[in-house]
This record gives sequence, C-alpha cells and structure tokens, in this order.
Amino acid sequence: MEQCAHCGDSCVDETVYHKEMSFCCNGCKTVYELLHENDLSYYYELERTPGVSPREFEHKFDFLDNPSISEKLLDFNDEQTSVVSFVIPAIHCSSCIWVLENLNKLQPAVQVSQVNFPEKTIRITFRSDRISLKDLVLLLSKIGYEPYISLEDSNKKDRVIDRSLIYKLGVAGFAFGNVMFLSFPEYFEVNEFWLDRFKPLFRWLMFAFSVPVVLYSAQDYFISAFKGLRSKILNIDVPIALGILVLFVRSTMEIVFNWGTGFFDSLTGLVFFLLVGKFFQQKTYNYLSFERDYRSYFPIAVTRLSGTSEEISEEQIEVYEIKKGDRILVRNNELIPVDGILIKGNALIDYSFVTGESEPVARKSGDKIYAGGKQQAGVLEVEVLKPVEQSYLTQLWSNEVFDKDYRSIFQSLTDSISKRFTIAVLGIAFLSTLFWLVYDPYKAFNVFTAVLIVACPCAIALAAPFTLGNLLRIFGRMKFYVKEASVIEKIAAVDTVVFDKTGTLTSGNGHHIIYEGVALTQEETEILNSTLRASNHPLSRSLYEMLKVNNIRTLDAFEEQVGKGIEASIDNQLIRVGSYSFVSEGDTSEQLPLTTANKTAVHISSNHLYKGCYVFQNHYREGLSEVFGSISEDKEVVILSGDNDGEREHLEHLLPKKTKMYFGKKPEDKLAFIKKLQSQGKKVMMVGDGLNDAGALKQSNVGIAIAENVNVFSPACDAILDAGQFEKLTDFFQLSKRGMQIIKWSFVLSLIYNIVGLGFAVSGHLAPVVAAILMPLSSISIVIFTTVATRFYGNRIFKINKP
Amino acid sequence: MSIIYVLLSISVIVALGFFIAFVVSVRKGQYDDTYTPSIRMLFEDEIVKESKKDQPIETNDKH
Repeated sequence: MEQCAHCGDSCVDETVYHKEMSFCCNGCKTVYELLHENDLSYYYELERTPGVSPREFEHKFDFLDNPSISEKLLDFNDEQTSVVSFVIPAIHCSSCIWVLENLNKLQPAVQVSQVNFPEKTIRITFRSDRISLKDLVLLLSKIGYEPYISLEDSNKKDRVIDRSLIYKLGVAGFAFGNVMFLSFPEYFEVNEFWLDRFKPLFRWLMFAFSVPVVLYSAQDYFISAFKGLRSKILNIDVPIALGILVLFVRSTMEIVFNWGTGFFDSLTGLVFFLLVGKFFQQKTYNYLSFERDYRSYFPIAVTRLSGTSEEISEEQIEVYEIKKGDRILVRNNELIPVDGILIKGNALIDYSFVTGESEPVARKSGDKIYAGGKQQAGVLEVEVLKPVEQSYLTQLWSNEVFDKDYRSIFQSLTDSISKRFTIAVLGIAFLSTLFWLVYDPYKAFNVFTAVLIVACPCAIALAAPFTLGNLLRIFGRMKFYVKEASVIEKIAAVDTVVFDKTGTLTSGNGHHIIYEGVALTQEETEILNSTLRASNHPLSRSLYEMLKVNNIRTLDAFEEQVGKGIEASIDNQLIRVGSYSFVSEGDTSEQLPLTTANKTAVHISSNHLYKGCYVFQNHYREGLSEVFGSISEDKEVVILSGDNDGEREHLEHLLPKKTKMYFGKKPEDKLAFIKKLQSQGKKVMMVGDGLNDAGALKQSNVGIAIAENVNVFSPACDAILDAGQFEKLTDFFQLSKRGMQIIKWSFVLSLIYNIVGLGFAVSGHLAPVVAAILMPLSSISIVIFTTVATRFYGNRIFKINKP
Repeated sequence: MSIIYVLLSISVIVALGFFIAFVVSVRKGQYDDTYTPSIRMLFEDEIVKESKKDQPIETNDKH
C-alpha cells in the first residue's frame, strides 16, 4: 500500500501520481503543487508527510460575504489593514507552523501571520483592501487548514485573557528572591556590629516585600478556604491559608517586638512553590477546549431566501436572526439549525447527532424536520417553525444537567485527607500549647505558631496536582484527553461503565455486509452495481464500494423514490433495490422476506422476482471483547443504545455474559438511566460518541466521548478518547488507580517531613533556618517523587500492553 | 556607612525595574505562547538558505 506524500494516509481508493510521488487524492496533489510552485516545498522537508487532506468547502464560507458577520470576526479593522484570529484544528506539527507563517508567499496581501501552537490558533494581519476575509479563509481551506469558525467566535470581543496567575507568580517569585537575600545574613547568627545595626532595616524591608505576597499572591487560598469553611468543608486550602496567616502574623510580631527575624523567607517561598504547582496545573490542560455547547456545532450563518417565486434572492444571515416563517436553504452536508417544514428538495437526514440512529431518514416536502440533523442529499428549502433558541436540540441541551455544577458534590482524595490532617494539626497545636503553658508559658505562643507553620501542607497540596498533571500528559500522549485532574480520581473510583453503541462500540466507517437469499447471476450483479453507482443513498454507496464490479453499464431507465428504493432497467432486465415492501411489489411468487426484521438491509428483486437482501452488520471496534472482558472483571458493564435491538444476538455472542443491554433508548432515557444508577450509589462512567449522549455524558460521574477526529469533535464531556485507542481503555483505568496510589505514598512522604518538623516545633526549637530548609525541601522532593513514579508506571503499563 | 542605604535603595530599584519589565512583558502577551517561538526560532535560518538557493536561479535567467 502506498503512502500519500502529502498527508501520510495510505492510498486506498485511488492513487494519483505526480512527479514520481503518490497522493491519496487530488486534493492532496493540488496542495502539493500549490506549495511547490510558491517555493514552499521546505514544508515537506521539515516533517515527513505533514499535510492534511483538504476537505470540501464549497459555499461553506459564503456567510463571510455578509459584512456584519465578518466584521464581528475581526479583531481589528481599519480602512486598509485588518487583523483576524482563527482556530485551526489541523495544526499539528512544525511544518504547519512554518507554512502558515509563510502565508504571504502564497498571498501577498497577507502581511503577518503568527501561529500559537498550543492553542492551535493563527493571527493574521492582512490588507483588507486587497483580499476579503472570505478569500483568506478559502485560501487556508485550500491548503488543508480550514479554520473552525463557530458562533462563539462572533462575540469574542468580550473575551478577556486571564493572566492573573502569572502576575501572582511573578510577585511571589520577586518577593521570594529579595527576601532570601535580605534574610541570608541572619542565618548564620553572627553578632557583628554592622549586622546588628541594620537588622531592623533588613527586617522591615522583608516585611514590605511579604505584604503583597500575602495580600495579592495568596488571595486565592484565603478565598477558597473561606468558601470551604462557609460550606462546612475542610478543604486543603484551609490549613494552607491558616499556615500563611500564622506565618505572617508571627513574623510581624517577631520584628515588632524584636524577638527575631521572623519567617518571611519561608512565607514567600511557600506561596511561590504553591503557585508554581498551580501554574503547572493550569498549563497542562489549557490546550483543549472542552466546554463547548450546542452552539459550537451550529453553522454561524444560514442562507435565507426572500422575494417572490419568480425572483428569489439569497442572503446570508446570522443564525440568531432566523425568525419564524423564514425560508432557509440547507446545502449538502450542512447541519439543520432550526426546526422547520420541508418545502422543496429530497431530504435524507442523518440524525445520528441527536438520536444515535445511524441510518439516515428520508423526508418529503411538507414533513417536519428537526434541528440537529445533517442533510445528505442535495439542497433543501425549509420554512422555519421555531427560532434557534426554541428548537428541539436546544431544549435537550438546556436540560438542567448542563447548568448544575455537580462537581462540588465530589470530594477528592486530597480534600478527604486534608480534613483529617487539619483536625490532627489543630489537635497537636492545642495539646503542645497546653503542655508548654504549664511547663513554660513564655514558649507557649512560640510553639503554637511553630506547629501551625511547620504543618502547613504545602507538599500535600502539591502531590495531587503534580501526579495528576503528569498523568494527564501521559494520557494525552496516548490520545486520551482528560479535561481536568479531578477526572482521573473519578476514573479510579468508577464501578459501573455504560457504553453507547452506535459510533462508540461500532466504528463510523466500514460495514460488514452479508448477502442472504438466492444468488445473483453475473449479469444481475453488474446491473445492480450500475444502479447503485447512480444512487446517492449512503447504503447504496457502501454497497457499491463493497461489490466493486468493474463492468459498469449504461442504464436505460433509472428512478429513485425517496424513502423506498431505486428502480432501473437495462435491456428489459428490470431491477429494484430498496425496502422490502417496495421491492416485492408485483412479486408473483410466494417468496417471503428473509429473517431480517430490525436489521438494516437492502432488498433486491429482478424482473419482479424477489432475490434476497444484503444485510448490513455493524463493524465493531477492534479489541471489543477483550476490553469488555477485562472491564467486567471488577465493574458492571451496560450497553445503552438508541438503535433497535437487531444486533442483540451478535453482541451477546461477542461480550461477556454479565453485560446488560438496553435498546431503543432516546437521549432523555439515557440521562434518566444514568440518574437511576447514581441514585443506587453507583459511580458511573458513560462512554458515548456525541451530542445525542451529551445529557448522559454530563450527568455521569465521568463522561468519555469517543471521537474519530479528536480535533473536531469535543462535546461536553470529561474526557475525549481517540477512537483508535479504544482497546487501551483498560490501561487507562489501571494507570488512574496507580496514580491514586502514588498520591497516597506522597502523602506518607510529606507526613514524614511534617513529623520531623513537628519534632522541632513542639520542642520549641524551630529556628527560621530550619523552616527555610525544611519547607522547600519537602516540596521539591514531592515533585521529584511524583514525576518519577508516574513516568515509571506510565511506561510500564503502556509498554507491557503494546502488541 | 550611609553607603549601605544607597546600595540598598539601588538594589531595590533595580529589582523593581526588572519586576516592572516582567509585568509589562506579560501584559503584552509574551507569556501567552511559550512554545511556538522555540520552534519558530529554528525556521529563520532555513528560510534565508532557501531564498539564497532561489536567487542564483533568477539571476541565471536574466543573463
């Protein structure tokens, strides 16, 4: 099998040869030529087969002709120059950066283009008097970098980038460095004249540096601790906030009353390290946007038809401007954005997005069609019944599940440990204070504060973010993209796994097709194939691809009846392909339909004689039995499908006996089913494929979306799994559990540090130097330990299981 | 001996100067993307090399 020189896919259907190189399609070849002609062939030297095959985009960006829409997309615009930013999901390697930043070689009107690789965005400055926004978008699409323009972008001017964390980190780091310098002389406790003389000055300077750290850099911890206490939860931020506060108060008192230097070095260091951990955490999962709602899937604009029947004018309007009674045009492969009545055109709508049913539905003019379907055959004219906000799909999405922040109910491992930890620390602090009150009252305050300082769970707070952050990276490398760290904790706790069928267990492409009935003659097969070739129905196309008979003949007659089938004839040989009722019309024999109830089948008759049918069997993902087998060892496995139960037998044969199966479930039913499981105390993971499962995905404790193309499809879920990695699902479970173990070990490790520190504190010997050494040491060793441990387990689990 | 005051104020001013430079650079968006520049840096040379490669071809045509 040859590999395409542009995109690296294997050339399956056709191979296009050009300059001794092979391409999988004409699109790839065109891009290659375009780049080659413009001296951009370095693109192919930088990385091997870096390209992305361009997709069809005709008319797709017509809405950019509407100035009010394109105006909204621009970041900046004056008479001559415009600046625009796009999200381009196809950006994936250094070649992409290179070619996109050299756009002006292809189009001189582009002045500057700059790529932000982690965010997959490009910012283009161009001469708007020489090229329109639409042409720019078309140029990008032509070379395979089709921008992703969604409704969200159209009001992006309100979006502000939050950089507060990096400021806080900067302030803390700045203060930490300076305080370290200033406190250094006193570490050695030399009684020198000069030092003694300038001690107060040094100390007050340190105080001055620490004030912004406590008031600004550490404010998140105080806020979070306050919120936690108000809702009566002792979260990890409570002891941290307490520690910071006590550090600051005691240090200030020390310098006011001239007792000592205080712990400003430890204070600033502590906040700095905590913020570094937080920064790391934020960086790790900034790169994937998950929180997209239904609006991201809708087209940004539609074509509205207006005028009289003789003179129809087309006009591009924003989706939100659609009103009841409008007539809109829906082109092939476009999503229907609103509920409406079909006026003109043959509708063949793929509702798999909404209902999960994989076969497209045919609709005649006059029928009602619902939002969320994808038109698959030609152009439609639709009269709008309800605007976007009230359509069926929008209502499904505005289900309460999507509003409720159910995360607060979940108690993470860190929180449950910190609860006990805080109680223990306060206990020790009070007990030791009591002891010293009796024994030596002067030391009592000293000891009380020292205990709270040394017990500040900096290391515990870092253990979870670093372990889980590392796991997120390892998962990401295995093409399993997890939204946030707490999801891994939830994965480790899951005891019930619910799978959707269509698109989740079955792969989107490739059917198993079996013929049942009387064998067709050679001639009949040829006629059948010629007929199928002329048809646009997806089933015809799949069947045509499978048959692959080369002898194509010209049909004498051809008629396609929407929703029924096709009739065609050559040399008085009549053939009918389609549903049973259509095909068996006028059948004189007593031939009964074969046992294909509830199965997707295409029936054939020749000269009014029923022949048989092609049964479409879903193609299940590789490793399905193995994955189910190992998951069902310690978890409950359920299949919830929107499809009919035609596949039940087949699935029962494939999957372990314990697997429960439910068919014909609508999206609302799925949601309710998950709720029911949860009310029984189950921790449910839902594995689904898309929008139709969105409610269930969101309701479940962990919602995983399986996507063939991770960049394009990311509904409201907790994690996205690349479809090709389905068989590794068990490994992800395993590694999540290991992660939890690593966190527990780090807790033990940091407890040891705390006990050592407490030894100093309780006995009243906590010198500033000891605190300044102990606290960073514990933090750094925890970071190193978690990094090494996660790497080790990551490598082991994924290496052993590699074929 | 008051030199120490001078030195201290200078050191604090220098430190503050760097801090302000940091804040300004963050505000300008220099920290928004810390990855792409590291790759972009490697391109520059190659582009120069390529344009050199092109130039002789053009001049050959003219002569």
